[in-house]
Amino acid sequence: MAEDLFVATRKGLFAVDGAGAQAPRSLGFLGDPVSAFLQDPRDGCLYAALNLGHFGAKLHRSEDGGASWSELPAPAFAPPGVAPDGKGGKAPSVSLIWTLAAGGADQPGRLWAGTLPGALFRSDDRGETWQLVDALWNQPSRSEWFGGGYDDPGIHSICVDPRDSRRLVIGISCGGVWRSEDDGETWTLGGKGLAAAYMPPDRVDDPTIQDPHRLAVCAAAPDTVWCQHHCGIFRSDDGGRTFVQIHDVNPSAFGFAVAVHPADPKTAWFVPAVKDECRVPVDGRFVVTRTRDGGASFEILSRGLPEETAYDLVYRHALEVDGAGETLAMGSTTGALWLGRDGGADWRLLSSHLPPISQVAFRAA
Amino acid sequence: MPRVTFTANLQRHLDAPSLEVGGARVGEVLAGVFAQKPLLRSYIVDDQGRLRRHVNVFVNATMIADRDGLSDAVRPDDEVFVFQALSGG
Repeated sequence: MAEDLFVATRKGLFAVDGAGAQAPRSLGFLGDPVSAFLQDPRDGCLYAALNLGHFGAKLHRSEDGGASWSELPAPAFAPPGVAPDGKGGKAPSVSLIWTLAAGGADQPGRLWAGTLPGALFRSDDRGETWQLVDALWNQPSRSEWFGGGYDDPGIHSICVDPRDSRRLVIGISCGGVWRSEDDGETWTLGGKGLAAAYMPPDRVDDPTIQDPHRLAVCAAAPDTVWCQHHCGIFRSDDGGRTFVQIHDVNPSAFGFAVAVHPADPKTAWFVPAVKDECRVPVDGRFVVTRTRDGGASFEILSRGLPEETAYDLVYRHALEVDGAGETLAMGSTTGALWLGRDGGADWRLLSSHLPPISQVAFRAA
Repeated sequence: MPRVTFTANLQRHLDAPSLEVGGARVGEVLAGVFAQKPLLRSYIVDDQGRLRRHVNVFVNATMIADRDGLSDAVRPDDEVFVFQALSGG
């Protein structure tokens, strides 16, 4: 059973084994914010990115399941400012590693890191060294990007096409959806059809300034890309080039996280909240929504979730479905952790006393 | 030579002993430390070599003025203190 979990939190990395049969145990970094986590499916190595309040963004790797960690150089811009920020501000410095992704099975050692400010970094040696992906950083339209939730724009979603590892789809808050078909050498702006109600009327549909909170790709049908956007839920069936908005989503189409069934591109899960800045469950009722028909309809899943008024919010990386598409893991900013069996129809609270949760991940076999 | 002492809070993350290193400016002194402790660099300065926002450096009892260029003067008998700022949480 793939029900051992990694849980990245505001106060360290934890493991929750046996579907919560055992108490959460620290896997390291107790007290430190873990901003991103990756278990590399190719070699099992664990990666933890830290956001140390005083001392910056850091990266660590474990080759023994978290028993011991070694620090790696974190992705960084080359000094002294060889790639000056297009906004005319100070030369850039990585302030947050927001997401980590493994390359394809045919790319041993390849890792991707998405950061604040909105930069993509590539490693070909398991994180020992990192290179800025210049072709994305030097996009002229980057000067139009802006922060979403943070002061600076940031890359939070990196989707590697399982059919062809050179094909990437990334999501930037707020810089839209970008696609590469050549390993990041060249980029095209996707996201046509996304709509930003926070912009003047003439720029609502400008793909450059969209805020896709999170992108998730169906493993078996990677042309289907689900997007939990700041202004609603969208679906693409052409690899992120164009999206259609999903309407009439109750109780809300606002949220941060999305998970997609690995075999069925029409099935996806969301965690709704009150838009835009309020960000609490609608009417205090914390639920998950699921569509199984591509967004034509949604079910509200609540069995096992709090019956009392709740204020839990689930961030971008804190909702995940397992490889079978049967069990979900979900963690909230209130420090509650749930396991959702039967496709999310039956939730069980594993812990309600963790620090604020930034990411959940099933342990790979 | 100037003596550089780091906040004990750094010890949670990595080894940061007090060191005596040469240099007439804060930046030169820190560069001497980083030459001996390469991983320490990114804890104190950002990608561009500027003092991190929530790190403070004092020469003796005086907080340095040039956080970007680290050009504040250091004399051979000075002590350089590297602290975390309370603004960092």
